Amino acid sequence: MMQQITSAQVVILAINSFALGGLLFLLSAGFSLIFGLMRIPNLMHGAFFMLGAYFGVSFLEWGMNFWLAALLSGLAMAAIGGLIERVLLRRLEGQVLPQVLLTLGFAFIIADICLMIWTGDPWQPTPPPELRGAVQAMGMFFPLYRLMVLAVAVAVAIALWILVDWTRLGAMIRAGVDDPPIARVVGIKVSQLFTLVFCLGAALAAFAGVMGAPFLSVYPGLDFEMLPLALIVVILGGTGSLLGALVGSFILGFLYNFGQAMFPDLAYVILFLPMLLILVLRPQGLFGRVMT
Amino acid sequence: MIARARYAAIATALLLLVTLPWWVGNTYYVNIASQILLFAVFALALNILVGYGGLVSLGHAGLFAVAGYTAALMLQAGYGHFAANSAAIVVTLAASAIFAVLALRSIGIGFLMITLALGQIIWGVAYRWASLTGGDNGINVTTRPAPFGISLAAAPSFYFTSLIVFLLALATMVLLVRSPFGASLRGTRDQARRMNALGYNVWLIRFLAIVLSGFWTGVSGLLFIYYNQFISPQVSALTTSAEVLLMVISGGTATLLGPIVGAVIVVVMKNVVSAYIERWNLVLGVIFVVIITFMPEGLVPGTVRLCRWGWLVIRTRLNRTPARTARDQAQETHGSGAPS
Repeated sequence: MMQQITSAQVVILAINSFALGGLLFLLSAGFSLIFGLMRIPNLMHGAFFMLGAYFGVSFLEWGMNFWLAALLSGLAMAAIGGLIERVLLRRLEGQVLPQVLLTLGFAFIIADICLMIWTGDPWQPTPPPELRGAVQAMGMFFPLYRLMVLAVAVAVAIALWILVDWTRLGAMIRAGVDDPPIARVVGIKVSQLFTLVFCLGAALAAFAGVMGAPFLSVYPGLDFEMLPLALIVVILGGTGSLLGALVGSFILGFLYNFGQAMFPDLAYVILFLPMLLILVLRPQGLFGRVMT
Repeated sequence: MIARARYAAIATALLLLVTLPWWVGNTYYVNIASQILLFAVFALALNILVGYGGLVSLGHAGLFAVAGYTAALMLQAGYGHFAANSAAIVVTLAASAIFAVLALRSIGIGFLMITLALGQIIWGVAYRWASLTGGDNGINVTTRPAPFGISLAAAPSFYFTSLIVFLLALATMVLLVRSPFGASLRGTRDQARRMNALGYNVWLIRFLAIVLSGFWTGVSGLLFIYYNQFISPQVSALTTSAEVLLMVISGGTATLLGPIVGAVIVVVMKNVVSAYIERWNLVLGVIFVVIITFMPEGLVPGTVRLCRWGWLVIRTRLNRTPARTARDQAQETHGSGAPS
């Protein structure tokens, strides 16, 4: 059952792993922040990713620039996510079961609407023309687009890190994650922060969807394939921890690509193994603190 | 008076259920009734956790599929029905125990996310490990069993089997709710810390509840594969977990009747909707959103609340307000209180 791989393949697989890891970070950073700050298990997150990817597909069909399409898709999703949060989720604060059902309900609605509009056929947009080739170095070819995805993810990670750790807004978000009631007492508008973080998470998921479309392609069911990955990343890395999300994403990226190459039948299942280990050994996650 | 009315209602319901194949007539509707019963067993099983234990599982379709796949694979390998079913139950119990050990590392949202991920693992095995499970093509179950020489191939005989299993499951739930174990399970839901301080082993109580729930989930999984004579990865998908959770929620959690009413509503709606449009998932999602937004306590308690309120209004209109007993008052305050 195990397939042999050569050393040249290892390099390519490593690149692909980093690219997928970067993509997973874009997806799960928002999920982790939403979960950490609002204690909301946002089961729509996979749907945000897929809908964002479909938006990107349509924008590209209309001849839009790739990066513009990705940004616009993120903005559109921020608006949709913000609307759902403000109008519906807001009324369910602190009630886990209703929140789960509401987000799950929307995930189904979004999935079916996507099926209606973009049909069941897979879409695979081409990457922007300047990134289509491969660079040659040390006698090997590196696919340019995937390197770009990794670079973008790293840039977003740094931006998020600066935002959360070095700005006033970030300090307020951290305060909201640690102790919402006390944060309110000292005058932080936790409710507005919630909406902001939710929009940010939705936008990142949609942006990731567009970035991933050229190599994952977009098809029905993508949403519920990505959602568990975001879950695993958060369980691995620890709730609300960006560093945890980053490390968890790359672990998953590597497991998926190498698993796919070595154990094609079980690649999807292998993804869950580190989660099981973490749950047994360190249930709060690699970088998480014990949640009450 | 109320007790007598209740016994009369139960007797009527039983009579209707037992004679159903005769007054329904059409095989199609008898089959739908079988579907309702088998999903009612599933919903009752999930309600042990969601309703009485306060543990929301989104991975139960995985356990359902474990039972189904184990039996289907054993049958395919040439084993008899008894061996296949026994093995399926044993494997499902083992899987539930593993689920419990892992998922109970956390409660609340964490529990839900872990069960969701575990359910997806099983989906992954069923869908991607094609050399074992046949992948998307699924596995055919060629025959239905014939216990005591009675063939279950025909719709009515299968219906009666489902009915017997359903009544057994319901009886278990009645016993569970009235037993000390049921009381301690509700205790761990409402006041886990206090239960711990009182010397109860909260972890063990939850563990046992998950295994018991897994047992009945497995039984309904077996009914399911014999009903469809086919199993595919679709069974283990999140949609199935969500549908059954919808049955529990829409009927009202922590009630005996709720999951059954929920099963009737969801199965009937699914069949009706699927007959006209292909948009079942859309409808499912909209129902979730509508229930959460307008009837957060579930359809059964919601309707009871509305009826009580209506009855009060009528009684006041008639200006015939007899002295209310303490029990009535207690019930009303309880019924009209905000859901916790």
